[in-house]
Amino acid sequence: MSLNKSLLIPLGVFIGLVILLALGFGLRDPHFLPSQLIDKPFPQFSLAELSDPDRTITTDDINGQVSIVNVWATWCAACLVEHPELLRISREEGIRVIGVNYNDESVKARAWLARHGNPYAFTIVDDAGRLAIDLGVYGAPETFLVDATGVIRYRHVGAVTPEIWQNTLAPAIALLKGDPS
Amino acid sequence: MRGLLLVLVCLVPMVNAAIDAYPFPNDELRARYHALIDELRCPQCLNTNLAGSDAMIASDLRREVHRLLLEGKSDQEVLDFMQARYGDFILYEPRLTLPTVFLWFGPLIFLVVAGLTGIVVVRRGASDPVEKPDTARLDELLHGRSDARSDTRSDPHTDSHSERQEPP
Repeated sequence: MSLNKSLLIPLGVFIGLVILLALGFGLRDPHFLPSQLIDKPFPQFSLAELSDPDRTITTDDINGQVSIVNVWATWCAACLVEHPELLRISREEGIRVIGVNYNDESVKARAWLARHGNPYAFTIVDDAGRLAIDLGVYGAPETFLVDATGVIRYRHVGAVTPEIWQNTLAPAIALLKGDPS
Repeated sequence: MRGLLLVLVCLVPMVNAAIDAYPFPNDELRARYHALIDELRCPQCLNTNLAGSDAMIASDLRREVHRLLLEGKSDQEVLDFMQARYGDFILYEPRLTLPTVFLWFGPLIFLVVAGLTGIVVVRRGASDPVEKPDTARLDELLHGRSDARSDTRSDPHTDSHSERQEPP
């Protein structure tokens, strides 16, 4: 009898391993990296504006109101996917959307916005990708939620879909606007 | 032919590391640069270091490593810079923090558990009650046989010669 019980131990170990590996490999997106900048201030920068290259944008331009900061590029296919939703948000939801044009050519970027519409209050030209590195960006699109004091509160990797807006961004913004701590 | 292949295989990491040729004022700095981009992991890739990846972010981060080194930053400061932005993921040699304790000491725990299991199994095997009747039976058999053997040994045919040499 005691022999039978000890025979079950390898089976238990095996089932445990299956669960562990399923959690590690299957149920989690391995490409997702959690942001290190949550609850940290937006990084310091001083960069040109896309449509008005003589204008310099700094961190002070981010502060003051709750904003969505969207990292995008013309080479990024998913940016085109999320573009209609960003346009809708900037027009209908009463929240400022700021663009960061990441590792891109400004001529192409201006043409892209002229063609697809411009949801951005202003667009920061990060053609060297330095601001993106300070933001911990590792691809496009990435979208940050910044509160009125200029602190990063949330980061979304991938396209902003209507579901993401509905379930995540909208409630978070409502919370930030109600309590700008 | 095999030797040539071996040499080519050994050259692969060097080729990867030389994707972009950055100028360095001295060889010591260049060596530190290559060590760092070998040790840092590409955030976009699943399991490639900065040296071996042609992802855009990897090339941007190699440029940052180069810039930081030229600014006179230490290796530790470069690693801190990367860790502050991309987290523990970017370090191929994770730091000893609370979430990485199991990573560092897990193998040791497995070794201890395996060793203890081995000791228990061996000890249990040595004092297994199943073997006791066997040895008893074996003794019995051996005893029986040794009797038979001593019988054959005291066979008068073998010892008769010595008996004859005994003085009367």
